[in-house]
Amino acid sequence: MASAAQTLRRRRFRVSNLTGIRIRQYGLRSLALVYLVAMIVVPLIAIIQKGFADGLVSLRAGMASLGAWDAIWLTLTASAATAIINGVFGTMIAYALVRYRFRGRELLDAIVDLPLAIPTLVTGVMLRVLYGPLTPVGHFLGGFGIKVVFAKLGVLVALLVVTLPFTVRTVQPVLLELDVAEEEAAATLGASPWAVFRKIVLPALRPAIAAGSLLVFARSLGEFGSVVLVSGNFPGRTLTAPVFIYQLNNQFKPEQAAAVATVLFAVSFVVVLATTRLIRTRKDESP
Amino acid sequence: MSAGSTQLDRSRGSVWRRVDRRRRLARSVIVGLILAYLAILLIVPFVSIAYKALSPGLGLVRETLTAPDTVHALKLTAIIAMITVVVCTTFGVIVAWVLTRQRFRGRAILNGIVDLPFAISPITVGLMAVLLFGRGGWFEPFFAARGIQMLFALPSMTLVTIFIAIPFVIREVAPVLEEVGTEEEDAARTLGASSWTSFRRVTLPNIRWGLLHGIALTAARSIGEIGAVLIVSGLLKGQTETATIYIFEAYELRKEAEGNIVALLLAAVSVLLLVAIEIFKQRKEKTKELNA
Amino acid sequence: MSEAHAPAKSAAIVIENLTKRFGNFTAVDDVSFDAEEGAVTALLGPSGSGKSTVLRMIAGLEIPTVGRIWMEGEEHTFMSVQERRVGFVFQHCALFRHMTVADNIGFGLSVRKTPRDTRRKRVDELLELVQLGPFRDRYPDQLSGGQRQRVALARALAPRPRVLLLDEPFGALDARVRQELRRWLDSLHRELGVTSLLVTHDQEEAMELANKVVVMHEGRIQQVGTPSEIYDEPTTAFVAGFVGAANILSGHVTEGHIQFGDNRVAGAGHLEDGIAARAFVRPHDVRLAGQEAAAGSVVAIVDRINRVGWLSQLTLRLPDGQQLIAQVPKDETEGVVPGDRVALDLRNAKAFAAEEAVSAAGEEAST
Repeated sequence: MASAAQTLRRRRFRVSNLTGIRIRQYGLRSLALVYLVAMIVVPLIAIIQKGFADGLVSLRAGMASLGAWDAIWLTLTASAATAIINGVFGTMIAYALVRYRFRGRELLDAIVDLPLAIPTLVTGVMLRVLYGPLTPVGHFLGGFGIKVVFAKLGVLVALLVVTLPFTVRTVQPVLLELDVAEEEAAATLGASPWAVFRKIVLPALRPAIAAGSLLVFARSLGEFGSVVLVSGNFPGRTLTAPVFIYQLNNQFKPEQAAAVATVLFAVSFVVVLATTRLIRTRKDESP
Repeated sequence: MSAGSTQLDRSRGSVWRRVDRRRRLARSVIVGLILAYLAILLIVPFVSIAYKALSPGLGLVRETLTAPDTVHALKLTAIIAMITVVVCTTFGVIVAWVLTRQRFRGRAILNGIVDLPFAISPITVGLMAVLLFGRGGWFEPFFAARGIQMLFALPSMTLVTIFIAIPFVIREVAPVLEEVGTEEEDAARTLGASSWTSFRRVTLPNIRWGLLHGIALTAARSIGEIGAVLIVSGLLKGQTETATIYIFEAYELRKEAEGNIVALLLAAVSVLLLVAIEIFKQRKEKTKELNA
Repeated sequence: MSEAHAPAKSAAIVIENLTKRFGNFTAVDDVSFDAEEGAVTALLGPSGSGKSTVLRMIAGLEIPTVGRIWMEGEEHTFMSVQERRVGFVFQHCALFRHMTVADNIGFGLSVRKTPRDTRRKRVDELLELVQLGPFRDRYPDQLSGGQRQRVALARALAPRPRVLLLDEPFGALDARVRQELRRWLDSLHRELGVTSLLVTHDQEEAMELANKVVVMHEGRIQQVGTPSEIYDEPTTAFVAGFVGAANILSGHVTEGHIQFGDNRVAGAGHLEDGIAARAFVRPHDVRLAGQEAAAGSVVAIVDRINRVGWLSQLTLRLPDGQQLIAQVPKDETEGVVPGDRVALDLRNAKAFAAEEAVSAAGEEAST
């Protein structure tokens, strides 16, 4: 049945088909690799190289600028505070969304994602427009000595808004997976609702809360858009690290900016690494 | 039970009533706290921007939105967003595929690289572009020789936006690819479908909600980008300003009213995107549920 | 070159020295067998025995590390999945969830650019064959497990494959549906006569459906034969223990018998004297030889009697402590009560050396 030509074609096909599969596999892999390396790894190496090409000179010069250390400190503390506050509230929101039934629950669920859709700059505008010193609300609060815009509090508020969804979204899926039977058992053994929450639910949520909080922290470290319009950027008072780095670049000192930026990146890199590992091991562990 | 707060009534009915009341109280407190938190941070500011933007009167609104600078800024934002979406979606699907369907050494490292843009401040991203394409940069000679302007022009603005948006499609598509599994794809191949046909007719429909979710997030992020694009833009009015840069400059030059108007426009667009994001997210979760 | 062998590979499927390694793990180790045209060949074995991997290599879903595959005289070892024209039925159906039943069945034809009318006719033909006509516009998630598997079968058969490969097709279904579908598949095969290769861990299924059974364990072939050959004449300890229920008695070889305590059973003629060995005796080959101990019969005490239907199942204890299960027609156990001493006649004992039998002892025969 098989003519000689057919046999020949088939034999050639046999070899080339296997290579064909392999070529496609490696082709896709190379494309993915080139994409990621060219887009992410190369720029990263560039900034590290430029920032530290002359050792620590650029870094030292950058940090000698007005307000440098205060900016770093403010960024670190504000980010930490944001992580803690949104950790608490995020958990509360997640709990309410999963366990409670109330009117508007689904709408609330959607609103929580709003900071993901809104430009950070628009968030800054929103806060300026509502809490600025010349607005009714801002004026009212000013009467109590509470200054939001052009003050440290404003930085905190801005960070709280843009990082709102993170802890909520890491805790929610874990809550959904929890077996309510455990809590019911505890209740039948006499535990009050608060005790049940504290001893049964919270420990199960701890990794997710930690992961969410770390994400919040890392994100806050680098936040620019919402902070730059709200804080006033006063060196030594309300200037944050990202805005500081931006200013260094505007002053034609890109190497100094690069050095400081690299240090900032190193901190958040370590944090994100720890986080993603935490989230993934949790996923592997659950049945 | 708390001592002395209430009398212990032996009848079962009132014990339950007390517990139930306390639980309901706790619930109301928590929901109240949450609503207050969200109102202060999100809901009221959002509403007040509409009020503030529209209060100078619709005349200014029309003027601002039709001014050539504004129109150009909006167009530029749209162009950058579209290019970013196309690039990030195409390559994102490829990367997600490679990460979930292939096993090779270094896969974990690749996975880690995908997450990097989340850890980098947009300012830093802008700096990277300046250092690569600016004077003394590694790629500066290459582009200068060909007369291509990278910095202070569309190319670098698009590149930084792509950088920042890289993880979204990948992070939404990969889990769905994982959940959906290879069996249907294998079945398609045994029925004679080529790899591309199997991908097009079997895989793609199965991952479509995850894909759309990622695309919506990418679009939102591209439109909202400020820090990186601000650095590489050069701020040439009517030429290299995106919508967000326009707002930034408006505030810098004390023309806040115009800034508010464009901000309101962007906020409205975000709400639309949010609706899309939520719908796609829900459908995506349903896909994953069906495979559990 | 290899074409010289081609005439000999005239059986529908010929597997030669097939080996598959995943890194350090060898899933399939030097497997060779034939599958005849028009017959049902079963690959039977516990999970992890490599049988699914063999099937996937035949389909082209995996590439062998070593070995070759022929189908109808043509070498297929490296041919792409698409070209092989095999029908494959997956354990979990793998129906295209976003396509209707009709579209699922017609997929293989639409991919080959069959004109729509021809396609529609063929789909209708198959819907009738699997008796799912009214379901043509339903979606997979609207069907029951059994219905889905029938659609999967129809889909695989639509492009008229030369060979039908079934990977534990009924494994995910519950017992009664499984039996129904098994009978239905049997009649379908009689009607169509497509060469079929069935992978299963369910020996009842293999025995009922297959013309030839290939028993596999830990990647290697243990025995190839007809169902009755596998059952009555197992050639390895694994097959003896895996296929059908079996009592396993440990002892030593003495003069062609296996000695355990004061009792012995024949059948160890092929083993050396003195080595440790195991005898495999089927429960229905344990017969009561009366209450008197005659020469050569095994003596045991009745621990328990379970009388159900026409069978009595006796749990017996030998003097050296080993247990035996006997399945005997109920009439023969009249008047027997627990505690009685009885004489047993052990027939058809298959003896294997102990080291060989060790790995088999751990396997459960699944029913």
